[in-house]
Amino acid sequence: MRSHRWFTPWLLLAPALIWVLVFALWPFLNTVVLSFTDARPLREVTPVGLEQYERLLTDEQFGYALITCLIYVVVCVPLLTILPLLLALLVEKNVPGIALFRTTYYFPVIASVVVVALIWSWLFDSKGVINQALEWMGVVDQPIAFLVDRWWLLGCAILLTVWKGMGYYMVVYLAALGNVGKDLHEAAMLDGASSFRRFVSVTIPSVRGAMLLVSVLIAVSAMRVFTELDILSNGTGGPGGYDMSIVMLIRQVGSGLNGNLGYAAAISVALFLLTLLPLVAIAFMNREKKAKVPA
Amino acid sequence: MSLTTQRPADAEQPQVLRKERAFRRHGSGDFSKPTLAGLITRYALMIVVLLLVIGPFVWQLSTSFKGPSEDLYIFPPNIIPTDPTLENYSKVTDIVPVYTYAWHSLLIAVGSVITNVVLSVFAGYALALMKFRGKFIALGILLSTMLLPGEVTITANLLTINALGLANTLWGVFLPGAIAAMNVLLIATACRMIPQDVIDAATVDGATTWQRIRHIVWPNVRGMASVVAIFTFIGAWDDYLWPLMVLTDPANYTLTVGMAYLNSNFSPDPRLIAAGTMVALIPIIVLFSIMQRFFFKGVQEGAVKG
Repeated sequence: MRSHRWFTPWLLLAPALIWVLVFALWPFLNTVVLSFTDARPLREVTPVGLEQYERLLTDEQFGYALITCLIYVVVCVPLLTILPLLLALLVEKNVPGIALFRTTYYFPVIASVVVVALIWSWLFDSKGVINQALEWMGVVDQPIAFLVDRWWLLGCAILLTVWKGMGYYMVVYLAALGNVGKDLHEAAMLDGASSFRRFVSVTIPSVRGAMLLVSVLIAVSAMRVFTELDILSNGTGGPGGYDMSIVMLIRQVGSGLNGNLGYAAAISVALFLLTLLPLVAIAFMNREKKAKVPA
Repeated sequence: MSLTTQRPADAEQPQVLRKERAFRRHGSGDFSKPTLAGLITRYALMIVVLLLVIGPFVWQLSTSFKGPSEDLYIFPPNIIPTDPTLENYSKVTDIVPVYTYAWHSLLIAVGSVITNVVLSVFAGYALALMKFRGKFIALGILLSTMLLPGEVTITANLLTINALGLANTLWGVFLPGAIAAMNVLLIATACRMIPQDVIDAATVDGATTWQRIRHIVWPNVRGMASVVAIFTFIGAWDDYLWPLMVLTDPANYTLTVGMAYLNSNFSPDPRLIAAGTMVALIPIIVLFSIMQRFFFKGVQEGAVKG
């Protein structure tokens, strides 16, 4: 049945499509094109071929940013895949007062990273509560300089990301656990399986899909880390800029009147390819699995 | 075969009504309930996690109420201020205009909510319930951006905003987020739940496209629209990188950028930073607590679809 004129759907879709074209697809093409030029603000643009990418391979600063982001991914993925699952199992049962616990566990997720990072930088301060507690317990004689040491700073930022992300992935797991039948657990219990055994043999296989999804989401967002490191290091990227993430580097290189837009674009393209890696990995894993079980 | 049929003696005795227990007693076959010890352990662990989660927030809240005479650096720390005061919330404005920043954030967040909800309902309805040529192209364009992290295009987007003459304005912060492809797809999913017959019946009765959206589609997708609204509000209110790129004049900052500015440029009293972070945190916690039912639904839908 013809219920509308031919252009009505396009009229309704126009804002969404125009926005996606103007603020996502066009800037992406622009980024790719700029990465082959020496573009700077208010200056003639000349194509330079692969020069920016060659620079990328030899740039020490990019090397440090890459290491920072890779460490972020490697540490965050296992922590944020396992801990929220345990948390979800903890709040899975509908015991009295459970809604209060679930809601509160979600508070760090809705808070701005800026707010959370400011709160934690006060806790990690050389005179902050954590150092005072450590001194009071006699663990350390002098306060630990959490926020001015390359590795401590990275560790604090990761702790912050994990603390803030737990609630989100907990809810994802709660949805996945809700779809798991109770029969398997009851059967395993009747057979005398311990709770650890049931966790390994029943729970993990039944939420395997959710775990893969969660680990990909974490890998992609860890690669894009910015705010935690920016706020904890006061915008400097830590001592010597060693704790700068890739996004921080893009901002530093590309902003200002003297920004090197071409090089910033090349780093952006590299970041895009790096965020695709986890997706390629999961697609590959799914194909392997299908190949093994022809059904 | 259930366990009770093996013990017919139980069935013949008159049933004594007992209060339902929250836990399983020794020898009971009801495995859906935890044992008493298990229940106590569970609550103990939940309370430990609760303290780890709200501890930093409570500590910050307490710091924001401490007067200048109170020592912040004693241990064990005072959670309850000895002489609570609200003056930090006004003193912080001597350094940066926190409440103006909050107003800026609110403007952008509310603007984003309105445009995202309205335009997503339009686009979602067209995608889900209208037949037209080129639908897959439209869907493809929207889907293609899901793999593209916003950070990748941030430099090029800034060039666009500068070219539009919107550098250092709130419009420049608001514009790229005015409608997100993800929200269109969420609303389209909700629209697919509406039976085509209902739409057809309305068409036969002479309802225009606008009337169909207003009286049939909107009441059906209101739940998903609230999800979109909450996510958009929190996303805009919490956003940091993009406003940081666009806004160069401290007079125009949003709350998150302003807080980072306060922290890094003035190294002020921790009490004042605490007050500022609470201004940023409390509205969002209140909003979330009121709307949390929609919120959890949204995370689950988003995770499954995204």
